[in-house]
Amino acid sequence: MYRYFKTIRLFWSTAFASQLEYQLNFLIELLAMLGTLLGSVFILSLFFTGGRQLGDWTWESALVIQGVYTFLDGLTNALLRPNLTEIVNYVREGTLDYVLLKPIDSQFWLSVKKFSFAGLPEIILGLSIVFWASIQTGSSFSIYSLSVFIISLFIGFIILYSVWFLIAASSIWFVKTWNATEVLRALLAAGRYPISAYPIILRFIFTLVLPVAFLTTFPAEAILGDLKLHILFFGLMLSSVFFVLSRLFWKFALRHYTSASS
Amino acid sequence: MPGFKGTLKHFFDRKTFEVHAVTDVSFKITRGEIVGFLGANGAGKTTLLKMMCGLIHPSRGLVDVCGFSPQRRQTAFLKEITLVMGQKQQLIWDLPPMDSFYVNAAVYGLADFEAKERINELADMLEIGEELTRPVRKLSLGQRMKAELLVALLHKPSVLFLDEPTLGLDVNAQARVRSFLSEYNKKTGATILLTSHYMADITALCPRVICIHKGNLFYDGDLDSLANSLSPSREVKVELKNPCSRDQFDKYGEIQDFNDRFISLLVSRDKLTEIISNLLTNFDIIDLEISDPPIDQLIGELFIKGEVN
Repeated sequence: MYRYFKTIRLFWSTAFASQLEYQLNFLIELLAMLGTLLGSVFILSLFFTGGRQLGDWTWESALVIQGVYTFLDGLTNALLRPNLTEIVNYVREGTLDYVLLKPIDSQFWLSVKKFSFAGLPEIILGLSIVFWASIQTGSSFSIYSLSVFIISLFIGFIILYSVWFLIAASSIWFVKTWNATEVLRALLAAGRYPISAYPIILRFIFTLVLPVAFLTTFPAEAILGDLKLHILFFGLMLSSVFFVLSRLFWKFALRHYTSASS
Repeated sequence: MPGFKGTLKHFFDRKTFEVHAVTDVSFKITRGEIVGFLGANGAGKTTLLKMMCGLIHPSRGLVDVCGFSPQRRQTAFLKEITLVMGQKQQLIWDLPPMDSFYVNAAVYGLADFEAKERINELADMLEIGEELTRPVRKLSLGQRMKAELLVALLHKPSVLFLDEPTLGLDVNAQARVRSFLSEYNKKTGATILLTSHYMADITALCPRVICIHKGNLFYDGDLDSLANSLSPSREVKVELKNPCSRDQFDKYGEIQDFNDRFISLLVSRDKLTEIISNLLTNFDIIDLEISDPPIDQLIGELFIKGEVN
């Protein structure tokens, strides 16, 4: 286990060093990130001036969802996108060979190799919005609601990761699957708004088929103290199923790996 | 089918078919051997190498490396082997090789002091030092290959799979990689399996070669007897003191080249000594040279013919 922690530490410190290697690029990345932040703050301000109700959510509680969304988007930019979109390249160029011959779990390697620090401010902003907005709604935090919140965030992240990884793993057969991951990002964007803001059919789909509700709505409900415990358990089960599925699928995919020519 | 129409057809109607990259190949390699795999492009060398390190699952047959079944890729097995591909690199492009070394050391569970010791030892053998702290993208191909070898050997593997490790290197760099590999083999007793298109690599390193042609094994043995079986004759060049006529030499062998004082003959190996002594007694000879036809040429012909005599 210690070996895995040490590996992550070295992965991320080298990732940081690689990003610093190109000063201008890093500065532009910081600027781009600042732009994204301003953009999301602007969208939020539109919410404030609206004054309408979204589903059965007040503006303040809808803002919590925005916070969760921003947090997940930051995590996506920091971890999921740099790593999972890279799998396609590993397959296409055949450098996956090197990964598969390391005495370390290949899914672990491919999932945490990189870390983009440009995602960090979004993560911090997201969390700040969550806490600020939930204070505005007048709800008070308890150790209980905080831990349920953390667990449900974790559930949401695992689901997003697993679905994304499943798609990326299919590149073993289809080689290029970048477009599919874009669909996934659109799906995450659907989580910007409370599930109850959608028509009933979409609500059903977003909860059970494409579990968007677990990404943003449920964690927001958790911090607001509204999350039903059975949903949390269902989420734990669903995320475990997705995660196990992603591992099984990866093992299955590797049996079909043919490697690229030398 | 080329062209736009072909592209469309390929998009909608994609046919898959089975290709047998390697069939009916069996051999045994003992610990500490250096074995070269020979074959034309697409003969199946790389497929074979990848099956042995567990990257490709054979559809039929059995592979056993150090008592492991490679395709299961158990940790204990992976710690025993390493793969170096001349065409692909595992070093982090934007960072000095040193950073990649420590990442790999962590992956293999080496402690920092162990890794440091090992890096120094290998760097000495490879005659590389200061370059290891420069970003990989600024290194020459030769320096990069040395660093690639270093990172691949950090965990003291006992079986080395090398897929064209000297590809694209200049003659000196090739020679240095070769001498390193042979030194490493002597020092550690590691088994080395390599493919190369440079015959010099094979002749310098591999007492034993395995030839693959169209996915089949057609020769497994030492390089010298391969050369013998490929060309049963040797080339004898003679420089005479006095000009002689061409027909005087007809009975000794096949005349390759003739201009009154220089004669080049192809003489079969089993009659070589007899013919040489005859030549020396019958003619006034200033200089005599016996040589093998160049091995690359022989192997090249072999790949075209596809069989050993």
